Amino acid sequence: MSDSPAVLDHHNPELRHHFADMGQQKNAASLGMWLFLGTEVMFFGGMFLAYLIYRRWYYPEFVVASNSLNLPIGAANTAILICSSLSVALAIRAAQTNKRVQTVVMLVLTLVFGLAFLGVKAKEWHDKFVEHHVPGTSFHFEGSMPGHPEAKINPAHAQVFFSMYFAMTGMHALHMIIGVGIFLWLIYQAWKGRFNSEYYTPLENSGLYWHFVDIIWIYLFPLFYLIDRHK
Amino acid sequence: MPEHSMTEDSTSHHSEHVLPTGLYWAIWAILICLTFFTAWIATVDLGWLNPVVALLIASFKALVVILYFMHVKYTSEKLTKTVGLATLFWLALLLFLTLTDYATRGVPS
Repeated sequence: MSDSPAVLDHHNPELRHHFADMGQQKNAASLGMWLFLGTEVMFFGGMFLAYLIYRRWYYPEFVVASNSLNLPIGAANTAILICSSLSVALAIRAAQTNKRVQTVVMLVLTLVFGLAFLGVKAKEWHDKFVEHHVPGTSFHFEGSMPGHPEAKINPAHAQVFFSMYFAMTGMHALHMIIGVGIFLWLIYQAWKGRFNSEYYTPLENSGLYWHFVDIIWIYLFPLFYLIDRHK
Repeated sequence: MPEHSMTEDSTSHHSEHVLPTGLYWAIWAILICLTFFTAWIATVDLGWLNPVVALLIASFKALVVILYFMHVKYTSEKLTKTVGLATLFWLALLLFLTLTDYATRGVPS
């Protein structure tokens, strides 16, 4: 079977022997990636569920704590992440059109945007440490019920908000850090000229991962930064 | 920017769907605009609609990313779409069934 003339991609060095052709190999890799992203959705889904339950229970504290987050910085960081998603998409397109240097440039841009996002996030977390808004023995958070200046909020409930905030933005950032490692490898591979219009599966699947992480942030931003901002 | 998408793709039986650069930039512009719009609209008092609008905008952004950046709109592979829809189904089970339970219980003091 293997020397059948019908197998056009037979000599592509990237074709593993257990696949019939490049198209089948690409589809198999893509399916595996989407299944993995399905498990990732359920992984984050559990945290989103916990968030929604606590938000319903401790809504006043969630409002006050949410308003202590830095909205302009959060919005800017969302924009940075969207820029990184664009550069990934353009990197894949460059590989599809056999533009090696452009692929590398777009991947480096993605890396820069990703690191910028993490830098901004580190600054935000640092501010929270300085303000003693990190859950733990030194946690300190004061505020009044929205619309009732005389009624104090329960700091223990606000601590739950920050626990969710650090758990979910932290897990998101961990995915970003893993993504940075993946993109360093991709840049090296792209520089060596491994990707072209016939074979760019690692780029495509890493792109799916990066966009997925972007989507998680697209939900984290309104859920943590935008609770009753008009109060 | 139709560069050589017609001629080269026709030689390959698995079509590669090279999307125009302008489309990617348009999607980027939409996502950026919606990001600043959602940040602004959150400062306007819409009552109970505030979180609804925020989540609708987020879901629209996610949909655009999935369809265009993740190429789902252009995939001919039905299995990919099936996995995507199955994922949404499981997520909906997790969220909807659990929240209907919690929503019909009291709030701990």
